[in-house]
Amino acid sequence: MATTTIAPRRASLKMAGDDWVLLIGVAVIALWLIVTLAMPLGVLLIKSVQNADGQFIGLANFARYFETPSLVTSLWNSVWVSALTTAIVIPLAFGYAYALKRTSMPLKPLFLALALLPLFAPSLLSALSFIYIFGNQGFLTPWLMGETIYGPIGIVMSQVFYCFPHAMLILTTALALADQRHYEAAKVLGTPSRRVFWTVTLPGAKYGLISAAFVVFTLAVTEFGIPKVIGGQFNVLATDAYKQVVGQQNFEMGAVVGFILLIPAVFAFAIDRIIQSRQVSLLSARAVPLVPQRALLLDGWAAVYCAVIGGLIASVIGVAVWASFITYWPYNLTPTLKNYNFVEYDASGWMSYWNSIVMSLLVAVIGTAFVFVGAYLVEKGRGLKFGRGLIQLMAMIPMAVPGLVLGLAYVFFINAPWNPLGFLYGTILVLAINSIAHFYTVAHLTAVTALKQVDPEFESVSASLKVPVARTFQRVTVPICLPTILDIAVYLFVNALTTVSAVIFLYGSNTKLASIAIVHMDEAGATAAAAAVATMLFCTALGVKLLHLLLDRFVFARFQAWRRR
Amino acid sequence: MSINGAGPTVHMRAREIDKSYGAFVALKSVSLEVYKGEFVCFLGPSGCGKTTLLRVIAGLDPQSSGTIEIAGRDVSLLPPSARDFGIVFQSYALFPNLTVAANVGYGLVNQRMSRTAIKARVDELLALVSLADQGDKYPVQLSGGQQQRVALARALATSPSLLLLDEPLSALDARVRLRLRDELKSLQRRLGITTIMVTHDQEEAMGLADRMVVMNQGTIEQVGTPAEIYAHPQTAFVADFVGAMNFIEALATGTMSVRVGDLEFASAVPHGLASGAKVRLAVRPEDLRVRNVSEDAANGFAGQISKLNFHGGFCRALITPDRAPGVEFAADIAANDLRDLGIAVDRRLHLSLPPEALRVYPL
Repeated sequence: MATTTIAPRRASLKMAGDDWVLLIGVAVIALWLIVTLAMPLGVLLIKSVQNADGQFIGLANFARYFETPSLVTSLWNSVWVSALTTAIVIPLAFGYAYALKRTSMPLKPLFLALALLPLFAPSLLSALSFIYIFGNQGFLTPWLMGETIYGPIGIVMSQVFYCFPHAMLILTTALALADQRHYEAAKVLGTPSRRVFWTVTLPGAKYGLISAAFVVFTLAVTEFGIPKVIGGQFNVLATDAYKQVVGQQNFEMGAVVGFILLIPAVFAFAIDRIIQSRQVSLLSARAVPLVPQRALLLDGWAAVYCAVIGGLIASVIGVAVWASFITYWPYNLTPTLKNYNFVEYDASGWMSYWNSIVMSLLVAVIGTAFVFVGAYLVEKGRGLKFGRGLIQLMAMIPMAVPGLVLGLAYVFFINAPWNPLGFLYGTILVLAINSIAHFYTVAHLTAVTALKQVDPEFESVSASLKVPVARTFQRVTVPICLPTILDIAVYLFVNALTTVSAVIFLYGSNTKLASIAIVHMDEAGATAAAAAVATMLFCTALGVKLLHLLLDRFVFARFQAWRRR
Repeated sequence: MSINGAGPTVHMRAREIDKSYGAFVALKSVSLEVYKGEFVCFLGPSGCGKTTLLRVIAGLDPQSSGTIEIAGRDVSLLPPSARDFGIVFQSYALFPNLTVAANVGYGLVNQRMSRTAIKARVDELLALVSLADQGDKYPVQLSGGQQQRVALARALATSPSLLLLDEPLSALDARVRLRLRDELKSLQRRLGITTIMVTHDQEEAMGLADRMVVMNQGTIEQVGTPAEIYAHPQTAFVADFVGAMNFIEALATGTMSVRVGDLEFASAVPHGLASGAKVRLAVRPEDLRVRNVSEDAANGFAGQISKLNFHGGFCRALITPDRAPGVEFAADIAANDLRDLGIAVDRRLHLSLPPEALRVYPL
């Protein structure tokens, strides 16, 4: 046969149909993240170093911030209230997680479910409950011994309730990983159990504890709904940002507060990354998983502890639900449904609830599609290193951006005179887009984790069989990952339904959300109606989660026959 | 390697393939020809570049420079889907949510074949790999060996001209692996499909390959039939990697002789190393002769057995020559020789090192 001489050359493969599909996919997702995430945050940062006329003034805004005593007081208030919250939540959550993972107490699934309940309620719900319990006319007000619930006490109480499940989840993960052999070795050496706890258990959970502490502190510092409802005259950073922007139209100062709110979150994010990179080497692959032994005394105390904490959590939610059915607390305790006639308390009436449902559905559907396709491109794409790296990087940003900051960033971005997307302001779509960006990271990481477990050679096999990558995505990857896709959709739905902080800046007259209606009703003194809306959101979120569990167990199991041997 | 006139047709030709990942060089100027219908094994230690070369041929990891031709067509810049090959991975990469039949027919659905034609082809392929009645099962319900055969059937479904196998047997247990190796060989013979297999198992490579490509550190060390490579390893690396080998430090004393201690050994062919150079003498343990060795045999010497390791059919003896203390030769002694000659530890015996079995490499 003829031999042709071909000079060696640097090769880059010709683009096949697949490569175009991947390229377009990467471009679309990257552009989406740039527009919905990177650009708004960029605008916020620029705004914080500009004056009202848009001229660059360096750090003058920051200087003015620190010269304003009331603002600095808020900063200090935020810090100590959040630190106190963290100091209370972490030991409580550690005890709970320890009981769940390291004892063999009965009723574990029930206790786990109880601890997770706050995740399905808007953060404001607990604040409303505490007003009923300890407020001016609360039924346990004397317990405060003359102190008022409207202020730091109420904020800390509500935030402990709201942050508890987040800390508990991180700590159960940390405590779930343990090597039985460490405990056996300690036992063989005759170590008393107290010393085992201090020398084996606690060091093993060290990273989990640090991570949980930072997460709780960040949640507490950036939480808006709770101080708004129960904070009274006690100002914190989050309420300051709201007042500066919505109340005084002082956008530059709002941007500065937003920037300051970013600091603890970015710090927590960096710490968390460092910890996760260290965590890997903590346990060897050959570790024997720890199985808690029966110990009557310990198990009994654990069950009592969980029953008390879990019971308190359920009661706090119960109070809000119950209050929503009371005619006029505390004078007329007749049960009634009138608080659910929302239009009497807020002009948007039930429309805000339906807006919330529509917005959350949009977030679940659009968000899941973008997140999953984006994660697929990052994880399984060929070439296009820059674009895929960019997506991965941007997908991690929302983790470090509090909702309130993202909301502020959107206000500045959408309203910028040069922005052609300005027409979106106040639409349901911008609320959905904002929420997708807000909750992107956790959803993205969930998708990436699932995709990592899919054989990396599926795409290679498809290429060798000349089957387009899109077909294999639809026929193999998506069906395999269906349970994860549903998890992501439910996560996005529940979070979009209960969020307040980001969307409070963005809603329009026709697109008020239920969570915002709670704030407005509470401002207007209609606490019972606010509790009724919160109850509606809580029941809806919980209902969706239960539906998901049922579907997962009974319906989708049928389509997953291939998983069983 | 050379093609003499009307030799066999070249089916795959790699020319000066370079591949680097950042600063790491995975392949250095690799050139190779694979003939039509041939079974070629890439053999080498992990990290030698054998899988990288396979993936370059497939287009899954494009080369940094160099060219690839398949069936006379330059495919260097074509994506995998435009090349013509089937591939089986170590993990098999079977689609878990599709039945065995759907897996095998996966590539056919795209070829505008009628439903009945696809079914006929799938049945034919399943029969070919002896899984005729397993089409409705899911991969998870099959054994490892069966999954491997499904992957093979899927790779063959579109009748590619080149079959690439990336360690297809290494996830199986030893017994199944041996049986599948024979099945794979006979299937390849029957179909006459040009096949390239990557493996780190020299026994597997020698049992399957028409020709072996021994690789090390991103380069090809030697290409040849298993017998050639075993008998005439061109480099010390190949000699060491394929089969067992004694390496003894020696001094070149002439074009065809080396000295170890006070012993002088002659080689059958010139070793091409300068007289006075430090060299390595290499000889396989089974090539040392112990039966009927006369006092004046070529390369004969006397020694004492310091250790005997039992290996079943033979024993590996460690022998220190009288005239080269501090040197140890390993010699494989068959069980019957052991018995007949009354060989035991501390016994002395006469051995010879046949000149044609002796190889010399630079140190």
